[in-house]
Amino acid sequence: MAWVMALVILIALILYAILGGADFGAGFWDLFASGPRARRQRDLVALAIGPVWEANHVWLILVVVALFTAFPPAFAVLSIALHVPLALMLLGIVARASSYVFRNYDVAGDVVQQRWGNVFAYASAATPILLGIVVGAISSGAIRVDPERGFEVLTGFFAPWVRIFPFAVGFFALSLFAFLAAVYLIRETHDPELQEDFRLRALIAQGGVVVFALIAALTSRLGAHEEFHVRLLGSWWSWLFFAAACVVAAITTLLVVRRRYALARIFAAGEVAVVVAGWGFAHQPFLIAPDVTIENAAAPAATLRLLIIVLAVGALTLFPSLYWLYRVFKREPIFEELRRD
Amino acid sequence: MQARASMPYLALVDNLLFARTQMGVSLGFHIIFAAIGIAMPLLMVISEVAWLRTKDPDYLELTKAWAKGTAILIAIGAASGTVLSFELGLLFPGFMRHAGAVIGMPFSLEGFAFFAEAIFVGIYLYGWNRVRPALHVAAGIAVALAGALSAVFVITANAWMNHPRGFRIEDGVFVDIDPWHAMTTPFGVHQIIHMLVAAYLATGILVAAIHAWILLRHPGNPIHRKALGIAMAMVIPAAIVQPAIGDFASKQVARYQPLKLAAMEGQFKTEANAPLRILGIPDREARETRLAIELPGLLSFLSYGDRDAVVQGMEDFPEENWPPVVVHYAFQLMVLFGMLLFFLSIWAAAHWIGRRRLPQSRAFLWCVLLSGPLGMAAIEFGWIVTEVGRQPWVIYEVMRTSEAVTPMPGLIAPLIVSCLLYIGLSIAVIAVLYRQVMIAPGLPPAPGPEV
Repeated sequence: MAWVMALVILIALILYAILGGADFGAGFWDLFASGPRARRQRDLVALAIGPVWEANHVWLILVVVALFTAFPPAFAVLSIALHVPLALMLLGIVARASSYVFRNYDVAGDVVQQRWGNVFAYASAATPILLGIVVGAISSGAIRVDPERGFEVLTGFFAPWVRIFPFAVGFFALSLFAFLAAVYLIRETHDPELQEDFRLRALIAQGGVVVFALIAALTSRLGAHEEFHVRLLGSWWSWLFFAAACVVAAITTLLVVRRRYALARIFAAGEVAVVVAGWGFAHQPFLIAPDVTIENAAAPAATLRLLIIVLAVGALTLFPSLYWLYRVFKREPIFEELRRD
Repeated sequence: MQARASMPYLALVDNLLFARTQMGVSLGFHIIFAAIGIAMPLLMVISEVAWLRTKDPDYLELTKAWAKGTAILIAIGAASGTVLSFELGLLFPGFMRHAGAVIGMPFSLEGFAFFAEAIFVGIYLYGWNRVRPALHVAAGIAVALAGALSAVFVITANAWMNHPRGFRIEDGVFVDIDPWHAMTTPFGVHQIIHMLVAAYLATGILVAAIHAWILLRHPGNPIHRKALGIAMAMVIPAAIVQPAIGDFASKQVARYQPLKLAAMEGQFKTEANAPLRILGIPDREARETRLAIELPGLLSFLSYGDRDAVVQGMEDFPEENWPPVVVHYAFQLMVLFGMLLFFLSIWAAAHWIGRRRLPQSRAFLWCVLLSGPLGMAAIEFGWIVTEVGRQPWVIYEVMRTSEAVTPMPGLIAPLIVSCLLYIGLSIAVIAVLYRQVMIAPGLPPAPGPEV
C-alpha cells in the first residue's frame, strides 16, 4: 500500500508540473515580454492562467498532505534539512499569488499595477528554480539521516542543497516550465503575431531544457548518491525513460517548428511527464536517498488504507470538476473575449 | 537531536518562542482570509440569485463587485494556507513526524475541498459568458460550500490536537493508530459550529461596514443599501445565535480541558459556587484575579448548569502546565466584541420586525461602521484562547510544543521575514481594496477599465 501512495504522490507531482508548472512558466514570460507586442503578451499570460492557476496550485498541496500523511518521517526530514529553500519557495509562492491578483484586479493601467506585474514576473521565475533545488537536493543523496534513531537529521541546513547539481536541476525545471508555458500560450490566442512570439520563445526554451539537462547530467556525479546515479543512467529501464524523453522532446520541437500547435500542446505535457516520471522511477525504493525509503517511512497500514479510500473517493469528485474547468476555458481561448481596452 | 544538543539551552527557549510566534502570526493572518473565503462567496451568490430573480441590474453590479473582492481575498487565503501546510513541518517537524499518520486524514480531505473551491472559483470568476446562468450560480454555491467544508476539515485536525485520541503511545512511538477515531473527536463539534458562525458574522459585519461607510458619504445610494441589507441579513442571525453556541463551547471546554477553562476565567481556586469574572487581572504569584467584577455562582452555572457545581481552579494543576495569562484577556475581549455585535443585531432585527427595513439613521450606519473590525478581532481572540490556551502542549497532554520544534537554529530570521511579509501584504490588500471601494458601482465613475 505504501507503494500505491508513492505512485499517487508521483502522479500528483507530474500533474503539478504539467499544470502548475506551466503557470509559473507563463509568469516567466511576463518577465521577458518584449517587442511591440509586450503589453499584449503580458495580458495573454494573465488571462491564460486566470481561471486555472488556483486549481493547478492545489496539486502541490495534495503532494504535501499526502506526503505527511503517508510518509510522516520523510516530510519531517525534508522540513528540517531543506528548511531554507522550502521557506524561500513559499515566499515565492505567496509573492506570485498575491501580486498576480493585485495586478489583475487592481484599478488598471497605472504605475502601481506595473509594479505588481514585476513582482509577479520575478516570483514566477524564482519559484521553479527553488522547487528544482529542492528536488535536486532530495535526489543527490546529500541528506543523511539515521532511521534507527527517530530519523534524526545528520547533515547541515545548507550543505545538502548549496551545490551545483541542485541549482542545475533548478534551472532545468525553470526552462522546462517556460517551454511548456510557451507551447500552451500559443493556443491561448487567435492572434497570429502573438502565436509567432510564443513559438519563438518555445523553441528558445527547449534549447534551455537541453542545455540544463546536460549540465545536470554532468554534475550529477558531484556529490550525488552513487546508487541514484547508477539507476538514473545505468539500468535498462532508465535508458528507456531517457530515450522516451528524447523522442518526445524531438517530436514536440518538430511540431512547434511545423506549427502543429494542438498536437504540440499534448506532446509538451508528455515531455514533462516523462521527465518527472523517469526521475520518480529512478528514485525508488527511496523517498530521500539513501536513508529514507518507501518501506521504512510508511505510515501504519490503517492510515494508508483509509488514505487510499479517501483519495479514491476524492478523485471521483475531482476529475469531473477539473474536466469541466478545462473544457470551459481551454477549448477556445478567452483572451480575445476578456481582454481589456 | 544532535544539532539540538550542541545549542545552548537559552537559544532553544528562544527558538521555541520564535517558532510559536511565527506559527501564531501565520495563523492569525490566514484566519481572516479563510473566514472571508467561507462567507464572501455566500454573499456573492445571494446577490446573484437576487439578480436572476428580480432582474434588477443593481444586484448584478453588486455581485460583480463582490466577486472581485472575493477573487483577491481567496487568492491571498490560498497562498497563506499553503504556507501553513508547509510550516507545520518547517517549524514543528516533531509534531508532524508523529501526528502525520494519525491526523493527516482531515488535511487530505481538506485538499479536495480546496480543489473544489479553486476549480469553481475559476469557473465563477471567468465564466460569466461561458456557462449558463444556472450553472454559474451553481459554481458559486460550490465555492461557498467548499470553503465551509475546508474549515470543517482543518478544525477537525485542530480539535484532535486539543482532545487527541485514536492511538496509543509505546516507548515514545504512536501505535494502534485509528485515523477515523482520531478525526471524530467530540471536541470538534463546538469548534466547527462556533467558527463557521463566526466566519459568517465577521465577514458580514466587515462588508456591512464598508457599505455603511459609502452610505454615510452617499446617503440613500440604492446599490449600497441593498448591499448593506444582504450583509446584515447574514450578520443578524449569526450574531444572535453565537452567544448560545459560545455557551455550548465553554461547557465542552469545561468538560474536556478544565485547566483551559480556569485560565480563560481567571479561576485559581477550586470551589463550588464559582463566580463569573468580568475583566480582572490574574495574579499568578498571589493566585487570585484582582479587580474583577464577580457574578457569584454564575461560572458554576454556565459550566455545569448548577450554581453549586465545583469548578476546578488552576491550583489543581501543576504550574508548569498552565497556559499564559493572555488567554484570560483574549477570552474577555472575544466575549465583549461578540456581545456588542449581538446588541447591534438585536437593534437591527427589532427595527426590521417593526418596519420591515433596517434602521435608516446615520447613528445606525455609524454603529455598523465602527463594528466592522469587531468580528474579525473576536475571531483572532477566540483562536488565541484555543491555541495559546493549549500551551504548553502541541498535542494536549501528549506532546509538548518544545518537543516538536525544529532543531533548525536562527529561527529569528524566518520570523522577521514572515512578519515583514504579512505586514506588507496586509497594507497591500487594504490599499487594493480601498481602490476597489473608490470605484464601487453606483458612485461617480473613476477612470479605469473593468475586468
